[in-house]
Amino acid sequence: MHWDWAVAAEVFPRLMAGLVVTVQATFVGAALAYALGLVLAILKMSENRAVRWTVYWLSEFIRRTPLLVQLYFLFYVLPDLGLFLSPFLAGVIGLGLHFSTYTSEVFRAGIENVPKGQWEAAKSLNYTMAQTWTRVVLPQSIPPMIPPLANYLITMFKETPLLAAITVVELFNAANIYSNSYYKYLEPMTLVGALFLLVSIPSAYAAMWLEQKYSRRN
Amino acid sequence: MKVLDSLNLEVAAGEKLALIGPSGSGKTTILRILMTLETISAGQVVVNGDYLWHEEKDGKLVDASEAHLHKMRNDIGMVFQHFNLFPHLNAVQNIEQPQVLVRKTSKSEARDKAMELLGLVGLSDKANHFPHQLSGGQQQRVAIARSLAMDPKIMLFDEVTSALDPELVDEVLTVLRKLASDSDTTMLTVTHEMNFARDFADRVLFFDKGKIVESGDPKIIFSDPSEPRTRAFLSKYINVS
Repeated sequence: MHWDWAVAAEVFPRLMAGLVVTVQATFVGAALAYALGLVLAILKMSENRAVRWTVYWLSEFIRRTPLLVQLYFLFYVLPDLGLFLSPFLAGVIGLGLHFSTYTSEVFRAGIENVPKGQWEAAKSLNYTMAQTWTRVVLPQSIPPMIPPLANYLITMFKETPLLAAITVVELFNAANIYSNSYYKYLEPMTLVGALFLLVSIPSAYAAMWLEQKYSRRN
Repeated sequence: MKVLDSLNLEVAAGEKLALIGPSGSGKTTILRILMTLETISAGQVVVNGDYLWHEEKDGKLVDASEAHLHKMRNDIGMVFQHFNLFPHLNAVQNIEQPQVLVRKTSKSEARDKAMELLGLVGLSDKANHFPHQLSGGQQQRVAIARSLAMDPKIMLFDEVTSALDPELVDEVLTVLRKLASDSDTTMLTVTHEMNFARDFADRVLFFDKGKIVESGDPKIIFSDPSEPRTRAFLSKYINVS
C-alpha cells in the first residue's frame, strides 16, 4: 500500500463537487429540521392533549428508527404510492424530518426555561400575545438555543454520507464511485475523512465558542 | 380547590388597601384575579363599572373574550414579589418598551418619562444597568417605575418586599409610602410588613382561609382587633401595636 499523488489529484475535483452537495444537503436539511422542530415544539406545548399525544408518539417513532431506513422509505417505497422524490430531495427531507425531533426538544426546553413570571409581567403590562413572544419570550430563549442547534448542524453534516444509499453523489459517494471504478480506496477515502475533519473541527470549536458566549450571560 | 370563598369586597377609587394574613389565605389570589392572571369559577368582578371576567353580549353575561380582557388590563398594573423585570433589557428600556408597545408613546417621550420615573425611585444613575447588575431592592424599584409608567388607575403590589434581603426592604417601602401619599391611584397591597401596612393603608383587610375575617381602619385593627384570629396573627409581629 502506497500513497499515489496522481490518484489524489485526479479524484480531488470530484470530491470538491461532492463536498458542495454535502454542504447543500446539510444546510437545506438543517433549515427543515429547525423549521419543523419549532412547529413540533409548539404542538408539544399545545393545551390539547390529543395533539400533544400524537406529536409525542410521532417524534418517538421518527427518533427511534434509523435514518437509513427512513431514507430508503422516502426514496424506494414512496414511489410505490405514487410519490417520486429526487435523491437530493428525499435526502434532505429525511435528514430534516429525523433531526426535527431533536431540535424540537431544544426549542421546547428553551421556551419552557423562560420563567412564568416573564409571561405574567408581559400580561400585566398588557402586551399582546405576539408582543409577548417577539419582545419577551424569544429574545430570552433564542440565545441559549444557539449552541445546541449548532451542534445538531455538525451532527447532520456528519450523517450526510447516508444519503449515498439513495444515490445522492455527496462527498462520500463521489469518492465511493471513483473507488469502485478504479479499485483505489486509500487516497479517495483518506481525502474524504480529511475534508470532513477540515469542516467539522473548526465548526465544533465555533459551537464551543458560542456555548461559552451565551452561557456567560446568565 | 376553593382559594377564595364567598368574598364580598368593594374598593373605592383612590383607596389604599392593605391585605394581610397568613400565607395561603388567598390574599395574593385576589390580586392575581384582578390582573387576569387567574380566572374565577364563580361570581363577578367589576372594575371601573365594567365586568372584568365577563362581558355583555345580546343582553346576556358571557365569559370575557381576550379582546375584552385586553381592554380591561389597560387600567391595571402589578408589581410582583420576584420583580419580573425583562433580563435582556436595561433599566430604562424596561420602563420604555411597554409605553412604546402598548401605549404607542413615541420613543423619545417614553424615554423622558422613564428617566423621570427612575429619578422618582432614586435610580437615575442606574438607567443603563441590566437587571442582573442591580440589587433586589433596585430591581424592585425599577419594576415599580415600569408599572407607574403605564399610568394605571389601579396598582397591585404583591408581597413586593418578601424576596428582598432585610436591609433592602426599607428603600422599596419608602418609595411606596411616597406613592401612596402623593397619588390618587387605587392601590392594593399584599404585605407582611405590618408597620408599612399601617402607614400605607386607608383600610386593612385581615384574611384567613380564603375569607375576610376583619377589616377596618389600620389604627383600630393594629391596636385593638376585635377578632381573636386577627389578634393571634398580629401577636406574631411583636413590633406592632
